[in-house]
Amino acid sequence: MADLTTNFLGISSPNPYWLASAPPTDKEYNVRRAFEAGWGGVVWKTLGAEGPPVVNVNGPRYGAIYGADRRLLGLNNIELITDRPLEVNLEEMARVKSDYPDRALIASIMVPCEEGAWKAILPRVAETGADGIELNFGCPHGMSERGMGSAVGQVPEYIEMVTRWCKQYYDRPVIVKLTPNITDVRKPAAAAKNGGADAVSLINTINSITSVNLDTFSPEPSIDGKGSHGGYCGPAVKPIALSMVSEIARAEATRGLPISGIGGVTTWRDAAEFISLGCGNVQVCTAAMTYGFKIIDELTAGLSEWMDAKGYTSVDQVIGRAVPNVTDWKYLNLNYIAKAKIDQDQCIKCGRCYAACEDTSHQAISISDERVFEVMDDECVACNLCVDVCPIEGCIDMVPMAAGEVDPRTGKEVQPTYANWTTHPNNPMAKAAE
Amino acid sequence: MAQGQMAPGIVAGRLSSDELTSNFTDLHPPLAPHEAAVAADRCYFCYDAPCVTACPTDIDIPLFIRQIQAGQPQSAGRTILEQNILGGMCARVCPTETLCEEVCVRETAEGKPVEIGRLQRFATDDIMASGVHPFERASSTGKTVAVIGAGPAGLACAHRLAMLGHDVVIHESKPKPGGLNEYGIAAYKSTNDFAQAEVDWLLKIGGIAIETGSVFGENISLDGLVENYDAVFLSIGLAGVNALRADGVDKGGVRAAVDFIADVRQASDLADLPVGRNVVVIGGGMTAVDAAVKSKLLGAEHVTIAYRRGRDAMGASRYEQDLAASHGVRIMTNVQPVSVHGNGAAAEIELEYTSSQNGTLSGTGEMIRLPADQVLKAIGQTLEGAPDGLTLDGNKIAVSGAGRTSLTGVWAGGDCAAGGEDLTVTAVAEGRDAAMDIHATLVS
Repeated sequence: MADLTTNFLGISSPNPYWLASAPPTDKEYNVRRAFEAGWGGVVWKTLGAEGPPVVNVNGPRYGAIYGADRRLLGLNNIELITDRPLEVNLEEMARVKSDYPDRALIASIMVPCEEGAWKAILPRVAETGADGIELNFGCPHGMSERGMGSAVGQVPEYIEMVTRWCKQYYDRPVIVKLTPNITDVRKPAAAAKNGGADAVSLINTINSITSVNLDTFSPEPSIDGKGSHGGYCGPAVKPIALSMVSEIARAEATRGLPISGIGGVTTWRDAAEFISLGCGNVQVCTAAMTYGFKIIDELTAGLSEWMDAKGYTSVDQVIGRAVPNVTDWKYLNLNYIAKAKIDQDQCIKCGRCYAACEDTSHQAISISDERVFEVMDDECVACNLCVDVCPIEGCIDMVPMAAGEVDPRTGKEVQPTYANWTTHPNNPMAKAAE
Repeated sequence: MAQGQMAPGIVAGRLSSDELTSNFTDLHPPLAPHEAAVAADRCYFCYDAPCVTACPTDIDIPLFIRQIQAGQPQSAGRTILEQNILGGMCARVCPTETLCEEVCVRETAEGKPVEIGRLQRFATDDIMASGVHPFERASSTGKTVAVIGAGPAGLACAHRLAMLGHDVVIHESKPKPGGLNEYGIAAYKSTNDFAQAEVDWLLKIGGIAIETGSVFGENISLDGLVENYDAVFLSIGLAGVNALRADGVDKGGVRAAVDFIADVRQASDLADLPVGRNVVVIGGGMTAVDAAVKSKLLGAEHVTIAYRRGRDAMGASRYEQDLAASHGVRIMTNVQPVSVHGNGAAAEIELEYTSSQNGTLSGTGEMIRLPADQVLKAIGQTLEGAPDGLTLDGNKIAVSGAGRTSLTGVWAGGDCAAGGEDLTVTAVAEGRDAAMDIHATLVS
């Protein structure tokens, strides 16, 4: 069994799975159950400043996108930060941490952008024995209207300023949680790093309306006929999160900055992908909210089994392995030429590849009277759409052509060398190959 | 008090009312909305889909399934009914395992086709339950058409003609319309008097009158119809039953399976319906399976289907054969009846084993006797009561094109016409297509 123990910012946890700051981590009862189930750590539901707690809506807080069998693909929420008194949360955190010293316990914090507010809460959080803090600069709904959450995360200068205060008034690791509701995630990440952050975590949720009720014309989830954008999460957002994580992992300004990966982690495979793109651990929320805490058994066993099969003995060995393979489009090898190949033995003759290619792509698949579908190599640009729409996994393959073969589409020989856009003759900005 | 399975002879009330009710419920219960959504999601929306090609009425199956997926079963229903006005009954009785579902690519992929039949029922049930008839009549053409026989072909033809603005009179010999939908077909496939409900719904198009009790040679004649109407469509089915060549077939307890099935379909109380203790059904088609399964459901102790050729040659699909077997019906193949023994009433049937060489069947001389107080003949129906003057093709009315007979102004379709399988869905297609041809002729 591979060792799943992780040491993220010096915070040890028995596995790389933390529960993200969210409803599942709102109180002692849930967190104890999560730890009993085997979760490596939790980021406690975001704490606000001392005083009257925030108030939540009393109607639906969530909306969902489903597959046909009501498989939950995306979840939207308009719940705010904890609506329980600060003191209660702090007392509970201290009790839980003392009972589970081997688990990570992180305090998520969201208070106004004033130095005094941070200065006031940080010592009290420190007293709980929490292993670190996460600055919630991400929630896109409700609190952002009050100048907090994503309203801070969208202004790199604010991120840097608040992070600096935290590093000044708190002596344990500071993680900055980023919002995806920006144009270039590298900017806020760099700001966090400049402010002294020990790590960033991402993504927080994405602005979203799940649907519109076509009888009442209210967005969903609907509160008395009105709706407000919520934060979108779950399996549907994973590709967005992976991309943002990879950008931070490979950008010069932020390279090496530890990352806690968040966004649609549902199975061990998702976690392995986040880790390979540079994350030191992952945070999970929607999957737990959908299936309960017990999924941790699959998450840990699956990751361990995969690592064993690949010969990795610690999570550290996986971190960042895919990062060198993330590049800019302009560096992709234009001499790499593939052709779709349909395995006739596996083909069930549904014709989806044909419809997709004929109607929407390159007219590179033929259909015979006997419904035999074949790729026309002289038209195929290897776009992969046929593979994507084929219901049979492995039936259509993208087979690379060998150097020296002639591409029937272009009539040109496949070159053995690497060549990209930066040196391509059609590129007006091309530089001669050196 | 129920008589029980072992009461000798042909007796009614072998089972209690509760058992009978339970036995004759829907073979395939309707899909609930969520089940339908999941079933619909399995459809791949194939290009030039094989299921459509396999459907005698060319229903756009991927489209109607996508409409179910998109939450509009009524639109799905309309898509079906535009091609097949008896889509509700066809959803229940079509041998989908040898039509659309047999060629479904998921049958190829997984041996588990999209449940097209049940999805079709979901959509058609929905639109019929709404009480809405989705089609409107065109303005009147002033033309009148006589349709003979209110079975699937006749009803489909009449509906299409009425929709196109013609006035239609259906002449039906039986007291109720529906043809085999009403008098044939397994009871456990068409429950809750669906056949009549479907006819009532179909007639909402308007412009169709039904005259029951009309019989050729008695109160109607082809000459008279041709004179009084602008066109005539014959859909008279196969009213005769092939003769069983064996000794003792005149003994009590020997009867046509179609009559037995009609009795079951028309029974107001199944407990009043007599059935043998030992039933032997002669034949290998869907009628044989229906009769055998119904006998078993009514409480017969032993039911045997005796078929003269091998299993592969049976007209009943493998699914139907398995259905029979699952109800405890024994299927004997390569046996042919020689004689029915008994003192006035049947008591035993003597069968001879057969062998087939180069397609020629011959008895081997080896005999077997089975107890049989009831023998049901299901060896095929034949054209009977057809008016004179029509050219025949074999034993059926010869047609060309969309059901044109040898007589000008007279069309035919359904089981009585040559060509096509004797299926409800085929009859609907023939009736519909003949209507289009009649229309084209009348308005040209």
